[in-house]
Amino acid sequence: MRTSTAARTGQYAALLAYLVFLAFPFVWLISIAFKPPRELASLHPTWIPENPTLDNFRQAFDEQPLLQAGLNSLLAALGAAVIAVLIATPMAYVMARRRGRLAKAATGWVVVSQAFPFVLLIIPLFLVLKNLGLINSVPGLVMVYVVWSLPFALWMLAGYVRAVPRELEEAAAVDGAGRLRTLVSVTAPLLAPGIVATALFAFITAWNEFFFALVLLKTPEKQTLPVILTHFIGAGGVADLGPLAAAAFLATLPSLVVFALIQRRITGGMLAGAVKS
Amino acid sequence: MTRTSTRIVTLLACAVLLLAGCSDGGGGADDGRITLRFQSLAWQDESVKANKELVREWNATHPDVRVEYVQGSWDSVHDQLLTSFEGGEAPDIIHDASDDLADFAYGGYLADLTELLPARLKSDIPHHSWETVTFGDGVYGVPFLQEPRVLIANATLLEKSGVRIPTPEHPWSWAEFRQVAKELSGDGTYGVAWPLKEPVSATLNLSLSTGGKLFHRGTDGKVTVRFEEGDQVVPRTVHDQVDTDRSASPTTLGSGGSDTLPGFFAGKYAMVPLGFSYRQQIEQQAPEGFDWQVLPAPAGADGLAQGVSPQTLSVAEDSPHKEEAAAFVDFLLQPDNMVRLALGDWMLPTGKQALKDPALHTTEHGWATGTALAAHLRSAPAQSVRGYAEWKDKVATPALQEYYSGAIGMDELRHRLEEDGNLVLARYQR
Repeated sequence: MRTSTAARTGQYAALLAYLVFLAFPFVWLISIAFKPPRELASLHPTWIPENPTLDNFRQAFDEQPLLQAGLNSLLAALGAAVIAVLIATPMAYVMARRRGRLAKAATGWVVVSQAFPFVLLIIPLFLVLKNLGLINSVPGLVMVYVVWSLPFALWMLAGYVRAVPRELEEAAAVDGAGRLRTLVSVTAPLLAPGIVATALFAFITAWNEFFFALVLLKTPEKQTLPVILTHFIGAGGVADLGPLAAAAFLATLPSLVVFALIQRRITGGMLAGAVKS
Repeated sequence: MTRTSTRIVTLLACAVLLLAGCSDGGGGADDGRITLRFQSLAWQDESVKANKELVREWNATHPDVRVEYVQGSWDSVHDQLLTSFEGGEAPDIIHDASDDLADFAYGGYLADLTELLPARLKSDIPHHSWETVTFGDGVYGVPFLQEPRVLIANATLLEKSGVRIPTPEHPWSWAEFRQVAKELSGDGTYGVAWPLKEPVSATLNLSLSTGGKLFHRGTDGKVTVRFEEGDQVVPRTVHDQVDTDRSASPTTLGSGGSDTLPGFFAGKYAMVPLGFSYRQQIEQQAPEGFDWQVLPAPAGADGLAQGVSPQTLSVAEDSPHKEEAAAFVDFLLQPDNMVRLALGDWMLPTGKQALKDPALHTTEHGWATGTALAAHLRSAPAQSVRGYAEWKDKVATPALQEYYSGAIGMDELRHRLEEDGNLVLARYQR
């Protein structure tokens, strides 16, 4: 069936409108980040700053330990991504390949665990981490992020595993390979794109997370970027808008870059195994 | 074990070691020195600097009691403190606001400071300020910074109109204020823009000037809502300005204070009722040559009285060093230091000595006007009412918003605040 030119034009127009809708907050953020205070309070704001300035960035770095916070965020996000993938890969393999009650129960638990709101978990979690001496430490936060991202990582990786033809593993078994050897030498290489996508998903989740970091990290030198950003907001919600926008813009960049790199793989991961070939 | 499986095990072991090895361990060097954690919510550059400098000065003169500055955030302080208290990890010295303390005080998380504070500090801060931090028989914080609501006015428009300029000695009455707003309106300008995103606290606090009380405590200790004549003057004025006189902008009723500033700078609004500390933002953002001035809020039967919820310093009940923590609070709130903190936050100190400082009596940026209002500030009426938060969110906020927008009348407003409101409060007072 051929699509008429008018229909196609309409589709593109709708797509463009949607893109503008999505991009608006980010473009506006960039615009604010480069505006001096007087332009921020203009009744007729402009998209492009009339007197662009880097003062907001300078002030943001002067007032808050942004570099340290960025490093903490990076450590937490990388740690969470690596550990989540190491744990999720063999588990996802079992969930996808085994058909017993245990696999079904595990899959069910993964779904149920997504239903717990984090406000319900935070105080018990705080007490557990306190007993482990992991309050106010990035490793403690990494542990939380691993647990938090595991269910979705498992679900995502299981989809990739299901997409790997069973026959390849059977052929490896015929050649004498055990379960572990098959997983490592046959399945894992085929899963590589999925593993990367899952790791990056865990990375972005941890990079953007706010509430756990707020509660678990006490001192500025340990805090992550999302927590540090709130320091630009004062009593009654009054914000130091320029420096806040500048810092938020910088904080957004890494996850934007990462997401741009992996978004096709993430979509692939979610759809993998959805349709029988 | 194969080489590959060995690699996997090694990787996992490394991950576990990474977790365990990087941990703080939760302890500190035990050299006999006391370390106190002071969580400050200072956020403006000048204010953060003032706080950090004072911490440095304390540490330089008190080698045995080191204070560690911890940055908190107004945006999330309640949740963060609650979790810290529950987990026994709260900072020793806590910066907060008096309207956030009730739950923590009644929950036993804050130390009663009655016996911990020196007589100097107790007598320096007026009784009505201490009322804001008194819950039951205990005092659970030291109120140290406060801000009245003032009228920030476009001085050029005000002068052009020829209206009488009010002073703290001769303020406008509410009726006069309504008349002035009408006179200032026209040619695309509204006389006033009420930023009433949080309509309840603004209305209740300003209503103290007209004898408003709203919450009445009976002999049995139970609180009931009665929306009487004194409570109705301020809401009626706002309502009439918006819906009858058209001298107040209807679009700012849902706005925060900062949202009204672009219109104010553009001459769209002649006056904006704002917290005293907004002056800093105005000074920073006003276009060059923009002339603004600070006026006292209108007065009523009770003069310039206003409700405030001061910023506070408290000590955690779990702190093993309460006396040292109280000593640090005393240091921080020495008159000179209190002035430094007040100037940093563009607010008023509560201390009587600090309020005498010449820096707070200059006419520049309206400091003198604000300082003259300090004696009229009272504890926000709702502060010690249990169930206030639910009453505010579920009953009062929507009712006042609808009233101000003209959707309901005064009778319906009274019905909702009293009938619906008392049902809510009753649940908390069984």
